[in-house]
Amino acid sequence: MSIQSWEPAAPTTTLDRPPAQERRSIVKPSRGKQYEPIVIGTFSVILALTAWQLVANARVMPILFLPGPNDVAQAFVKLFQTDDIWLDIGTSGAELGIGYGMAIAIGLVTGLLMGWYTRFQYALDPFVNFFYSTPRIVLIPLFIIWFGIDMPSKIAVIFLGALFPIIINTMAGVRNTEAALLRVARSFGASDALIFRRVVLPGSVPFILTGFRLGIGHALTGVVVAELIAARHGVGQLIAIAGQTFQTPKMLAGVILIAGTGMLLTTILQRIENRFQAWRPQLR
Amino acid sequence: MYDRSAKLAAKGVVIEYWLHRSKTIFRAVQGVDLTVRPGEFLAIVGPSGCGKTTFLNAVDGLIPIAEGSLTLDGREITKPGADRAMVFQQPGLLPWRTVLGNVMFGVEAQGTMTKDEAQRRAKQQIELVGLKGFEDAYPLELSGGMQQRVNLARALLTDPEMLLLDEPFAALDAQTREMMQLELLKIWSQTRKTALFITHDIKEAIYLSDRVIVFTRRPGRVKNELEIKLSRPRDLRVKRDPQFLTYEDEIWESIQEELAVPAERLMAGMPAA
Repeated sequence: MSIQSWEPAAPTTTLDRPPAQERRSIVKPSRGKQYEPIVIGTFSVILALTAWQLVANARVMPILFLPGPNDVAQAFVKLFQTDDIWLDIGTSGAELGIGYGMAIAIGLVTGLLMGWYTRFQYALDPFVNFFYSTPRIVLIPLFIIWFGIDMPSKIAVIFLGALFPIIINTMAGVRNTEAALLRVARSFGASDALIFRRVVLPGSVPFILTGFRLGIGHALTGVVVAELIAARHGVGQLIAIAGQTFQTPKMLAGVILIAGTGMLLTTILQRIENRFQAWRPQLR
Repeated sequence: MYDRSAKLAAKGVVIEYWLHRSKTIFRAVQGVDLTVRPGEFLAIVGPSGCGKTTFLNAVDGLIPIAEGSLTLDGREITKPGADRAMVFQQPGLLPWRTVLGNVMFGVEAQGTMTKDEAQRRAKQQIELVGLKGFEDAYPLELSGGMQQRVNLARALLTDPEMLLLDEPFAALDAQTREMMQLELLKIWSQTRKTALFITHDIKEAIYLSDRVIVFTRRPGRVKNELEIKLSRPRDLRVKRDPQFLTYEDEIWESIQEELAVPAERLMAGMPAA
């Protein structure tokens, strides 16, 4: 028998190094720990809804002022029994899709160019600063004059709302490229095109996605506010009319529709961001 | 005209910077004359801020020289080229690429190899620097010493005529540094590439080199030159050899003199207050 055999055999699950793309912690987590965020989050939401329901049930305020969650839920169901809702969702959805889509396409290209070519940045900086520091919704009256009260004026507001956070973050991503990485690339004689594609662009991805995520918030604000002011159809318009006609539960149902859309889109982008971060060791 | 026995020849090299804030020219390197022979391992030591890294950057072609001439095999150095490869003090690895992807980055930037060939040879190179099994690890999962191995492998894969090393082990802990010195010598003895090594660590310079050059304080010039006649292959025990200690004393004296230089000479290279 060799001396080595006195050593206890290593458990077969032990690896030389932790595999890439995996979260680590010092101790083996208990089964429950894994579901902790979902369990606690769900619990706190249920708690809040219950409290809201109890206060509403006490009817210290009339339903006009304080409908309960059940009233809102009923209004929500009723909303989807009409045909109008699909026209509203379709209108707002199309406005959002076109406006936000254009903002992504143009914002990404502009941001990359501004980050990469200093002179281009000097030329556009005054405009970006002007529009970014102005609430874009002040331009709604102008857009209504130009484009009327239908979709084009809404698309313009959404586009301008989402555009600037995307430009600014993309530009910051390019500018934040680590000097050490650039020096390495130059030292190996990399062309500017290669440096841009293999060093600058991948390094900017987290910044770009953050810009997209901030853009969603601005885009949704644009949808609602533009429709509140003047529109024929749309979820914002639905909220405005329900509010003006004292249908508070219906109004809140519309609000939930908007909030749900925002949360859904943000979550999707968060997932995409995580995919691009596989190389970053997770703390926790 | 040029010295045929020299791989790299520097004659009266002056390197200057433009200082934006004080709007003056700052001289970092002042008339450096030196040659590196083919297959030689040469180290430059000097007090910190003496312009040794600046000089190396000029050899790599990253910064231009103001006066003098700098030639590799008789060709003037004007920009980075595939005939030189740098091992940086900061590893400078792309964090979103694996070890394999990072090792391939140098040849990829040079465009000198097909992807398949690069991948195949990168794997061999990774094995040579002792990182077998870590091909798919990301840089942030590696220790500092392992990151520097990747840095070294990336440079070696480009198969340069001359290897430039800019204090590659300065940021490592003492034990890792010694191990890396040993490994570097092992790898170097297999390839015998001409190497120019910058360091502030006197022992490191003697242990690795055939010849050590001492720079003066800023603006940097060649102050002293020392042939290291220790037999190769060298193991770490050579650091306690009496001959080694004599070299160390001599270089230490040289640097001490520089550190004691009166302040006005230091100011000579600096912008007027």
